[in-house]
Amino acid sequence: MKQINKILEDFGSTIILALRAFSYLPCLPRQWYRLVEQCYLIGYTTLPIVAILSFFIGGVLALQAGYSLAPVAAQDFIGSLVGLSLARELAPVMTAILVAGRVGSAISAELATMKVYQEVDALVTMNIPPERILVMPRLIAILIMMPILTIIANLIGWIGGAVVAQNVDFIQLDTRIYFQGIKNFVTFRDILDGLIKAEIFGFVTILVCCNVGLQTVGGPREIGSSVTRAVVISLILILLLDYFVTSVLLKF
Amino acid sequence: MTSDTKEQKRTSIGLKIEDFSKSYDSVEVLRHVSLEVEPGEIFVIMCPSGSGKSVLLKHVAGLEIPTNGRIVIDGMDIAEPKTRSQLHMALVFQAGALFNSMSVFDNLALYPREHRLYDKKALRDKVMKALETLSLEDAAEKFPSQLSGGMRKRVAIARALVMEPELILYDEPTSELDPTMGATISEIIADLREEFGVTSLVVSHDRDLALTIADRVAILMHGDLLEVDTRENIKKSDNPKVKDFLNPVIDIKNPRFKRKD
Ligand SMILES: Nc1ncnc2c1ncn2[C@@H]1O[C@H](COP(=O)(O)OP(=O)(O)OP(=O)(O)O)[C@@H](O)[C@H]1O
Ligand SMILES: [Mg+2]
Repeated sequence: MKQINKILEDFGSTIILALRAFSYLPCLPRQWYRLVEQCYLIGYTTLPIVAILSFFIGGVLALQAGYSLAPVAAQDFIGSLVGLSLARELAPVMTAILVAGRVGSAISAELATMKVYQEVDALVTMNIPPERILVMPRLIAILIMMPILTIIANLIGWIGGAVVAQNVDFIQLDTRIYFQGIKNFVTFRDILDGLIKAEIFGFVTILVCCNVGLQTVGGPREIGSSVTRAVVISLILILLLDYFVTSVLLKF
Repeated sequence: MTSDTKEQKRTSIGLKIEDFSKSYDSVEVLRHVSLEVEPGEIFVIMCPSGSGKSVLLKHVAGLEIPTNGRIVIDGMDIAEPKTRSQLHMALVFQAGALFNSMSVFDNLALYPREHRLYDKKALRDKVMKALETLSLEDAAEKFPSQLSGGMRKRVAIARALVMEPELILYDEPTSELDPTMGATISEIIADLREEFGVTSLVVSHDRDLALTIADRVAILMHGDLLEVDTRENIKKSDNPKVKDFLNPVIDIKNPRFKRKD
């Protein structure tokens, strides 16, 4: 019973935080400096790791596809398989997970520290709503950066698949045929679905991490457990939402 | 603190604490505290460590909700969500509560920037003047982590000055400061009142501060309000607890920690 109460409370406070943050949307022009800073931070911290991981995920997808398709001489479909898996599923989910690990954890740590050391209280006494300068710019920044990161993940993943498909000796698929497969089977709609998912995951992740951070009470130990909590909740939500958002998107 | 630059018009505001109690879980920290601070008054609350001064100030600033009673500032209940945005009130936190990710300059400039009070040059002048008042002009570009405890305290006070409040709540403004700096802080508090009619609610252990600049002093002990009076009357108080608190006699033969009362 206590746990259910806690979950409902967290859910409610997260929604309220989102509403508050968006009520300060008209202040965005005055917060552009913070917005740029956050975009830079998100891009700077996640881009290298997104690039490396998506290259290898594209590669391993091509490897697995080749392993099952080469015996029946169906290598030509590797491109479409890798392309679709990345665009519809793996690029958005992987990017969101990396954002949770790299950006979400940092945000919850920073906000939890600010809360514990009364910086948030100081903002309140100065009539500066914390949602306006701490949360809103971050939410907008993730909405801007998520599609960019996901598109980059797609492209690099596809290239990774191409490199593996061409160079592994039991596949040996010509790069041109590989990309022809992507071109024939991956539609704009597939990419768009992926981007919609990425937006939702990224937004929820940052929102949850902000909320968990700002709800922290106590001392240094609580800051640590807030970070863990924020990341774990984010990961769970990303994977749960993945199923539901996908099933909704497939209906249209 | 000269008035040659364009100053915001400030009016004096008073505050009233009505039958205020606060418990955390089942521990009662403050019991039925009632007091009234007149507009433009310097009111000092003195009490032993751990008896709830910081808790009281946090409630006056509207950061927490009382278990019982209410706090009225300038005729408005601070528990109402709109009240705070209509007041010019600053709280100097006991530990400073500086923004650690910002330089000292940006700490001071945040309030005027967010409320768009001055243009760039006027802002710089205001901030530098506040820093000079507290002999901090060399620290402007430093970060809070590079400051000593006493410097942080002074930055916190400077940050409150930049806000040009009508009511300032000080949580132990002179702890961690050397005697000269402590005297400077007392002078600043008194000067703000002379110049702009700023109301000050100070909680402190600092006897010199209380007994030189306070209009009235309240002694709070173990959650109860023991005495509220002008500083002259408090000095002459014949309540033994108040006497002992203001002029503790060090008695080696009969040390406090071995006494039975
Ligand atoms: N959030 C809280 N939860 C539980 N107890 C608290 C909380 N905040 C304060 N207290 C308790 O309230 C009492 C008063 O604390 P407070 O910080 O107001 O003391 P103080 O008078 O400011 O002391 P000092 O002079 O050392 O700063 C303490 O016993 C403390 O344990
Ligand atoms: Mg205190």
